[in-house]
Amino acid sequence: MSARLMIISAIEQVAKEQNKVLRPLTDDMELLDSGLDSLCFAILVARLEDKLGYDPFTASDDIEFPVTLGEFFAVYENARRAA
Amino acid sequence: MPASSVLSDGNLEISLSEVYRSSPLGPVRRNLAGKSVLIAVSTQIEAALCLIDLDGHARRLVLVPPDVRTEALSAIIRDAEVDAIVCTDPQSYQHLGVPSLFRCHVKCDPNVPLDGRCRTEWLMLTSGTTGDPKIAVHTLAGLSGAIPQYQHTTPRPVWATFYDIRRYGGLQIFLRAMFGGASLILSRPGEALADHLARLEAAKVTHVSGTPTHWRRTLMSAASNHFHPSYVRLSGEIVDQGVLDALRAAHPGASIGHAYASTEAGVGFDVDDGLEGFPASYLDAPRNGVEIRLVDGALRLRSGRMASAYAGRPDLDLIGDDGFVDTGDMVEIRQGRCFFVGRRGGIINVGGLKVHPEEIESVINRHDAVRQSRVKPRKSPILGAIVVADIVLSRSDDDADAIKQDILALCRAYLPNHKIPALLNVVTSIEMTAGGKVSRQHA
Repeated sequence: MSARLMIISAIEQVAKEQNKVLRPLTDDMELLDSGLDSLCFAILVARLEDKLGYDPFTASDDIEFPVTLGEFFAVYENARRAA
Repeated sequence: MPASSVLSDGNLEISLSEVYRSSPLGPVRRNLAGKSVLIAVSTQIEAALCLIDLDGHARRLVLVPPDVRTEALSAIIRDAEVDAIVCTDPQSYQHLGVPSLFRCHVKCDPNVPLDGRCRTEWLMLTSGTTGDPKIAVHTLAGLSGAIPQYQHTTPRPVWATFYDIRRYGGLQIFLRAMFGGASLILSRPGEALADHLARLEAAKVTHVSGTPTHWRRTLMSAASNHFHPSYVRLSGEIVDQGVLDALRAAHPGASIGHAYASTEAGVGFDVDDGLEGFPASYLDAPRNGVEIRLVDGALRLRSGRMASAYAGRPDLDLIGDDGFVDTGDMVEIRQGRCFFVGRRGGIINVGGLKVHPEEIESVINRHDAVRQSRVKPRKSPILGAIVVADIVLSRSDDDADAIKQDILALCRAYLPNHKIPALLNVVTSIEMTAGGKVSRQHA
């Protein structure tokens, strides 16, 4: 499974567990509009770290927090290349 | 004292009538009059005999549990003004500079009577996880204040404890047995649980106490199948409904109770209705000589069973300005019942929301397939911390994924979102401290 598919599957799983209604997941969707709150994102990042073996937000100090879902994917893509 | 009652650890067995007729320490006793004595013997049964021998004779008895680090001994000796040590191996204590060192050699000597008249202080180490242990100063009168008046019952109880009697919870059982003229079966250093349980069964033990963690271990041991005490007592940690129900199922004929006590505050109260927590009515009026109140959610106790001070630490207040001991145990009242939710210092901060790990564990432990759980923080770049849980299953052949989904559903039903574990890890065991409690290294 690609990182992108894995992220989407994890987002859907977290939303279901936390009883959140997800907006359609498009690259330009702003994360704050996705239907997920910060607890969901915290859980998502921890799950992805366990699945992928890295947490791009902790690994680097100068990372900018992504605004859109596309940027969120990109942060993981870049971290994978660096890993 | 009936001749049939004994103190035993399987290696050594001594009848109580012999112990009370003659000094178990023999000639060594004469050297310990009026001294502050550190009891650093290797076995519980030797510690028990030292206590019986030296109460009323020594100025102070300082009980050293087996897990105390040797580096901590200098501070203990200084704070407790120790001027004599009774130990198993005097050589290993020589460097500490204590004037009198004696090897503990149990040999009841009828020529040395137990004739003490001194008001001996009993000093107990607190089980704090960091720094030097603090030393709570008690008297035998305070320590035994919660023990019911001895009644002649037939058959006489046989006591055992999974605690070490050099800790507060274990000492209570030692005193209950001694004051009741009952036998006490002690564990040996390093003894395997299965061997210990087999000895308890062989000795027909009737009354047993331990922490919820101790009891969960017995429930997981095949050796407990033939072990059927008539009285099961839990204390020392939060007792949740899961462990009470599991013990009820395993010991249908037993009376099962839990007690609240701490090394500083002494024995607070017993709960015998089979439910977790305690009735809020306990807060209304003193019960059995103990006043109970909540201040900012924390339990405070006042009674004649409290320790009087921390030895050698005048800078620390064991008793607050209101005359109560602040236990640091946090309590919530729901529908007329008080529930323990955790330690004041053990809080996990999830994005500014406070979470007590024990509160979540008590929900997880309600699941039939869960034997034990430990909730802990995991660092989160987004919220500072999130909550994750380790889980030990009752049966290893269960479908772990299905159970995880069940547990999450249970958590969703009873907990707000920030308290639902973000990750559940199935593990084979959860580390236990020497005091028999779930290890919480992160706290």
